[in-house]
Amino acid sequence: MKEKLAELREKALTQIGASEGLERLNDIRVAFLGKKGELTSMLKSLKDVAPEERPTVGQMVNEARAAIEEKLEERRRAFEKKFQEEKLKAETIDVTLPAKKPLIGHRHPNTIALEEVERIFVGMGYEVVEGPEVEYDYYNFEALNIPKNHPARDEQDTFYITDNIVLRTQTSSVQAHVMEHTKPPIRIIAPGRVFRSDEVDATHSPSFHQIEGLVIDKHITFSDLKGTLAEFAKELFGEDTKVKFRPHHFPFTEPSAEVDVSCFKCKGKGCRFCKGSGWIEILGCGMVHPKVLKMSGIDPEEYTGFAFGVGLERIALLKYEIDDMRLLYENDMRFLKQF
Amino acid sequence: MNTPLSWIKAYVPDLDCTAQEYTDAMTLTGTKVEGFERFDADLEKIVVGKVLKIERHPDADKLVICQVQVDADGRTIQIVTGAPNVKEGAVVPVVLDGGRVAGGHDGKVTPGGIKIKKGKLRGVESDGMMCSIEEMGRTREMYPDAPEEGLYIFSDNPAYDKLEIGSDAVEALGLHDVNFEYEITSNRVDCFGVLGIAREAAATFQKAFVPPVVTETGNREKASDYVSVEIEDTKLCSRYVGRVVKNIKIAPSPMWLQRRLAANGIRPINNIVDITNYVMEEYAQPMHAYDLDQLSGRKIVVRRAKDGEEFVTLDGQTRKVDSSMLMICDAEKAVGIAGIMGGENSKITDNVTTMLFEAACFDGTNIRLSSKKLGMRTDAAAKFEKGLDPNNAMTAINRACQLIEELGAGEVVGGAVDVYPEPKMEKRVKFDYKRTNAVLGIELEKSEMIRYFEKLNLNYDHETDEVIVPTWRQDVNEQCDLDEEVARFYGYDKIPTTLPTGEATTGKISFKMRIEQIARQIAEQFGFSEAQTYSFESPKVFEKLLLSQEDKQRQAVVISNPLGEDYSVMRTLPLGGMLTSLATNYNRRNKNVRLYELANIYLPKSLPLSELPDERTQFTLGFYGNGDFFDLKGVVEEFLEKAGITGLLTYEPKADKNFLHPGRQAQIRHNNDVIGYLGEVHPEVLGSYEIGERAYIAVLDMPQIVEKAGFDIKYTGIAKYPAMSRDISMVMDKGILAGQVEQVIRKNGGRYLEHFELFDIYEGAQIAEGKKSMAYSVSFRASDKTLSDAEVNSAVEKILKGLAELGIELRS
Repeated sequence: MKEKLAELREKALTQIGASEGLERLNDIRVAFLGKKGELTSMLKSLKDVAPEERPTVGQMVNEARAAIEEKLEERRRAFEKKFQEEKLKAETIDVTLPAKKPLIGHRHPNTIALEEVERIFVGMGYEVVEGPEVEYDYYNFEALNIPKNHPARDEQDTFYITDNIVLRTQTSSVQAHVMEHTKPPIRIIAPGRVFRSDEVDATHSPSFHQIEGLVIDKHITFSDLKGTLAEFAKELFGEDTKVKFRPHHFPFTEPSAEVDVSCFKCKGKGCRFCKGSGWIEILGCGMVHPKVLKMSGIDPEEYTGFAFGVGLERIALLKYEIDDMRLLYENDMRFLKQF
Repeated sequence: MNTPLSWIKAYVPDLDCTAQEYTDAMTLTGTKVEGFERFDADLEKIVVGKVLKIERHPDADKLVICQVQVDADGRTIQIVTGAPNVKEGAVVPVVLDGGRVAGGHDGKVTPGGIKIKKGKLRGVESDGMMCSIEEMGRTREMYPDAPEEGLYIFSDNPAYDKLEIGSDAVEALGLHDVNFEYEITSNRVDCFGVLGIAREAAATFQKAFVPPVVTETGNREKASDYVSVEIEDTKLCSRYVGRVVKNIKIAPSPMWLQRRLAANGIRPINNIVDITNYVMEEYAQPMHAYDLDQLSGRKIVVRRAKDGEEFVTLDGQTRKVDSSMLMICDAEKAVGIAGIMGGENSKITDNVTTMLFEAACFDGTNIRLSSKKLGMRTDAAAKFEKGLDPNNAMTAINRACQLIEELGAGEVVGGAVDVYPEPKMEKRVKFDYKRTNAVLGIELEKSEMIRYFEKLNLNYDHETDEVIVPTWRQDVNEQCDLDEEVARFYGYDKIPTTLPTGEATTGKISFKMRIEQIARQIAEQFGFSEAQTYSFESPKVFEKLLLSQEDKQRQAVVISNPLGEDYSVMRTLPLGGMLTSLATNYNRRNKNVRLYELANIYLPKSLPLSELPDERTQFTLGFYGNGDFFDLKGVVEEFLEKAGITGLLTYEPKADKNFLHPGRQAQIRHNNDVIGYLGEVHPEVLGSYEIGERAYIAVLDMPQIVEKAGFDIKYTGIAKYPAMSRDISMVMDKGILAGQVEQVIRKNGGRYLEHFELFDIYEGAQIAEGKKSMAYSVSFRASDKTLSDAEVNSAVEKILKGLAELGIELRS
């Protein structure tokens, strides 16, 4: 019996070693360890063995079983590993095939530029506010020290609805609204649509956007205005951007300035972009005129302030090198998808 | 405003700078130089030459061979020319071999100029070129001494009698000069004259300012014996100065005067007209000359026109004037429209012997309105409308008379008739130098500030700390104006850069803007790109959108002075722009276009407008190409969900939108409020916009959405107990809407109803005619226990009962 057992064990291990595939392995398991398997039958015939030999033979049977099972397991793992490797190999893909892109929309360049500006000023503690686009003459002009028949009204080519209601020509119209109901310190920017009766061409549009900025507090100085706008220009156009303030005139600020930034294309050397000057005009600004403060109920003896106005389209056109303003309002997908 | 450097130097003799230096420095003190043109930029090696001998060209009828002397020593060169006016003895500009001229004789200016080289013309050697005024880069219009055609001939002009052969012809024509173009701001009326700019230049470069010395002029007679002046409307005419000139000799002006006018872009005409224009340029004071013999009663009356009056101006045009306009009249009739243009009946002709010179000061606003009404933007009106300094009028007219005497243009009658009821006085403006320092953020000595003022003829009263402001500086009225004077001469560039200190403020955007950001994000996630369209549009949009005549959306805010009908009404609905943009894309063959816009519509509260209209931001989505109604509905729902809008969302199939497909439109309701609509665009509307495929639009009213939106999210826990789900498959009339079924499920589903979802809809072979089948999966869940079959069955029963009331049966 012992010899038979050893022989059986040897036979099983050999068969396992020579087996190919998981199915064959299972057959071997059934043939030896199954209910009717050879080793199982041998265990059943243990009762024919002399009682004193039974423990030894029994142990031998168990050992043989353990050895077969171990070998089966080992073989199974090897098969699985091989199978996995083959499967992975078969699944190889061409990673250079085109990507499947989700259809995602594009934001308008005006909005991208606006969000950039808003980010900069919100970071400096400014609140973003809005005002009406159809506006009383008072807020668009009079409260800004532009009385009726002031020549500045002609310069702005105003669209009138009635004698005292206009399409606002500038977001400066938001200034008085804010000052009337806010106690300083005031730090706001007011973006929005403005309207002037300019015929449509590559550089003009009867409807465009501005961003007004207003800061009112005790001890606000012209140097604060310079510092603020220099920061803004650097954030918007790059760290090495230089800023130049030139005297100018606006009825609602005094002193007033126009601001040029060093051309970010040629770095100030002069190119076609900046018409050879090395500078690009980007905004108008100044110290809020005391009359303007007074009209909106703020004491000019106690408070000073500065204001600035930026053309949003101007920034978008410059930043993205768009050569025709009309593109901004045509909404051609081939244009929009570049942003 | 243009002015050559030479003219500025006439009043700032020590000025010594390059054109670029001048440009930069003037711009930084506030007189912005937009650009400059060097008259001699493209003129090289051009000398004064003399044609000694002319011979015929052997092989060309239109060409001649000239021997031209080109230096004082008698050196001659041979030049072949086709100029029709060439003649022996003519002294002309000659460009030598290797030189350059500015353009062709046809007047076309060539950037960079044209190089002139020795060569052969029809086989004959030609060593240079004789020049026309165009080749010198100028125009015949501004150089009336040039002949109609051909070469510029110095020797035809007695002013050039002393010209030396071989000398610089560019110099002779006054072209070694730079012309500056300025942008003068409207507050600096004084700088609309050369003297004002020269004063600024002197202050900028710290050089002496030497204005012309206006001497006394006139004979022993008195102007008041010749003419009397009466102002009826002293509000519109604050001063009227008249002087008289007799024995007028009309002639061309001297070259220096002609050249200065030409540089400023003014065509020289004759001595009298030129003097008037010259003084207008110099002093920014327009003047007018009347033929005194044509003035009846030898009287001037300044009064308003009569309504309906007609008047013929000196250009021969008949103008309709009205009582808002000021006229210059004689004893009987109008002779000029004040400050705009004189009349034909009194204009100076070549036969004039005695004239009245007028220098007046009219109300700027009135002139501006009148010139606008008349459509006459004359040079005089452009100056008057800025609001001139009345004290300037007398100086200017005296300067003009001085030039008349100097030029021998006539005999000036002594004295002036001056009607000036309320003389304008110098202002005194209190000055606080500490405040200037505080506002500018600098620390500058008071004495230095005063030095700046004095350079500008703003004198300082040390006793009262007041600045004495001359009347020509009408822009200086208060402390802040003085701050500006200090700032610009201290240098904007020298003011330090600091950041505001003081109480911190919170940077933020409004809640409305946050909701708009969500709208953008969602739209873009679903492939919609952002469009921007105009706020105004054509009223024809209402027709294109098939709005009924009674439709409230036809009640639009109308622009009284639009750019044209296409931009004449403020939009009351956002579709015109959206459909136009889709059409543009369709027309350009862009496929699968999805756009959105966030912009206002303008709804009047009453018409005509007495208060501001209601401006409502609309979130508009539109697309054509892949997708359908339900894709768009999904975007709408996704947005509302992300905006934190909970509660019942329903869709009513009839939205009453004529511009949408009648069977594919829905009103969107949240709880009970209509918050928008969506649908497929009506084929007729698609046709009007020329969009060749189905398109869909959705419009959401943002003010309501902002009101309903919120970021108040509360975590409700993850369910611990299993959900029980039942599929309900039913048959119903075709006309029953999914919304009706869902309303029943929602209403009758009981408190354990968690979720339901349509998973099948079918019409066809296995279903009776006129019926359809729908299958819903309905799931129930309790948060505190596992539901029993009995509990679920009872809820399903209730749902089925409710459905049965609509005639809906279970599908067997």
